[in-house]
Amino acid sequence: MSEAEQNIKLRLCGVKKSFGSNKVLQGVDLEIPKGKSLVVIGGSGTGKSVMLKCVLGLIQPDEGSILIDGQESVGVDSKERDRIMRKFGMLFQGAALFDSLKIWENVAFGLIQGRGMDREEARKIAIEKIQAVGLRASVGDLFPAELSGGMQKRVGLARAIAANPEIIFFDEPTTGLDPIMADVINDLIVDCVKDLGATTLSITHDMASARKIADNVAMIYQGRIVWHGPVEELDHSGNDYVDQFIHGRADGPITEDSKLMHEAA
Amino acid sequence: MTDDTHNTTTELTDNLVKNSKSAIDYVLDSCEAIGVTIMHLFRIIGGISIFVFNAVTHVFLPPFYPRLILRQFVDIGYYSLPVVGMTALFTGMVLALQSYTGFARFNAESAVASVVVLSITRELAPVLAGLMVAGRVGASMAAEIGTMRVTEQIDALSTLSVNPFKYLIAPRVIAGTLMLPVLVLIGDIVGVFGGYLVSIYNLGFSPGSYLSQTWNIIERVDVVSGLVKAAVFGFLVSVMGCYHGFNSGRGAQGVGAATTYAVVSSSILILISNYLLTQVFFS
Ligand SMILES: Nc1ncnc2c1ncn2[C@@H]1O[C@H](COP(=O)(O)OP(=O)(O)OP(=O)(O)O)[C@@H](O)[C@H]1O
Ligand SMILES: [Mg+2]
Repeated sequence: MSEAEQNIKLRLCGVKKSFGSNKVLQGVDLEIPKGKSLVVIGGSGTGKSVMLKCVLGLIQPDEGSILIDGQESVGVDSKERDRIMRKFGMLFQGAALFDSLKIWENVAFGLIQGRGMDREEARKIAIEKIQAVGLRASVGDLFPAELSGGMQKRVGLARAIAANPEIIFFDEPTTGLDPIMADVINDLIVDCVKDLGATTLSITHDMASARKIADNVAMIYQGRIVWHGPVEELDHSGNDYVDQFIHGRADGPITEDSKLMHEAA
Repeated sequence: MTDDTHNTTTELTDNLVKNSKSAIDYVLDSCEAIGVTIMHLFRIIGGISIFVFNAVTHVFLPPFYPRLILRQFVDIGYYSLPVVGMTALFTGMVLALQSYTGFARFNAESAVASVVVLSITRELAPVLAGLMVAGRVGASMAAEIGTMRVTEQIDALSTLSVNPFKYLIAPRVIAGTLMLPVLVLIGDIVGVFGGYLVSIYNLGFSPGSYLSQTWNIIERVDVVSGLVKAAVFGFLVSVMGCYHGFNSGRGAQGVGAATTYAVVSSSILILISNYLLTQVFFS
């Protein structure tokens, strides 16, 4: 393995996934160097969440390979999968909090159940993380149903980072948050990368957030990565799809394509 | 020229053969439909078998979650007591009334006590308790686990290095299998007591002879067979509830359908396995 190869934390090669006749991923190629932050942008329903779930083994990809620290993770047995999962933290798009557990138990869940940490110790860490995402410590004793959507999202974030994972996935971390809180979360994600040395992959529609947290940006379109580059080049990518997306224009190649598809159908 | 006409005729006959469905085609079509249904059935049976295998292995392999198992004991056992108790009580009472009016026609009123205790312990307590628990517990398992599936909580479990089979399924299967026999034992006692009440206060039996008749007729196998049935029913209810919840479709509709399937399939399985177990015990 060369020096550059060793520095790749996560690599996807030709990952494909269809649901029935719905071809969602049609050969995704992607790599994230160690300790870097990649932001994936792309329209609604282009398969961003599906891509993350393929990496996590929650969805079995039809084809392709996914290397984590240079190690193949597609089709490994459940024990090996368990070991790989310990490297990951994931913020789900819908937060996915356990609604039978209190907020602090949610945040401490991976520590207590997954790693067998003592409850009191785990509670301390959980409260710290709850405060880090801008919530009061007293929120810890509430249940998820008693929180607003944005608050739940932040608890999900606290849960994702609680065990200091090596790789963290954020599925739309700032949707549903006010601009100030969104920026607090952006800072938090940047800190995760800087302080913990974590490698992150974030999905977002929020371009301000993307610019703040990204080292690299990739755009997914029709099941493939159509552009991939450093965030500084985002504004002169020379790619019409990226241009339309980042400026949020109603006219452009993306809308043209969907018109053509409608006509063909 | 002749060649041409020849060609068109063969084309014509070809088309005719293609378009007109012969009897054989109809037979083949229905064979295909049957085949597809059977394949579908096998796929479901295969899916359930793998699920049951996974669930049972995780029941016996550590780590265990004693807190969760205890909670399921309370949920399934304690909170089903009123339902099962009421069902058994009124069944015992009705049984005494009905058998009395029936047996009075040929002067065999003294058989009431035996009929009550044997029907309750062998059949009615396990089957009715099983069906009530299927409605109460099976449905809530399917709805709870189904909602967790739909809101990605089950996915979240795996990303936090916790096996959903261990955390969600195993405690429910353990509690279901162990608690239903306990419920049925209580149901046996309550049911016999119901028959006793009606016989003494309504039908004018003497308490002493009713009880001694009950005691003399009952054998260990009557009670034990009922309890074994109960354990099997408890297993079936919890496994079906968990299976349908775990494989719930998307959205509220998916969870609703999962709940229905859980109750219907476990009820039917209870009735079928009841027949088979009775055959095993009493033939
Ligand atoms: N479990 C599933 N079964 C069937 N189809 C699915 C499943 N999960 C996702 N899909 C389909 O895959 C496509 C992509 O879904 P995905 O959730 O990845 O979109 P997304 O890019 O995350 O969109 P958004 O930005 O709105 O979250 C959609 O068409 C969706 O219908
Ligand atoms: Mg998504």
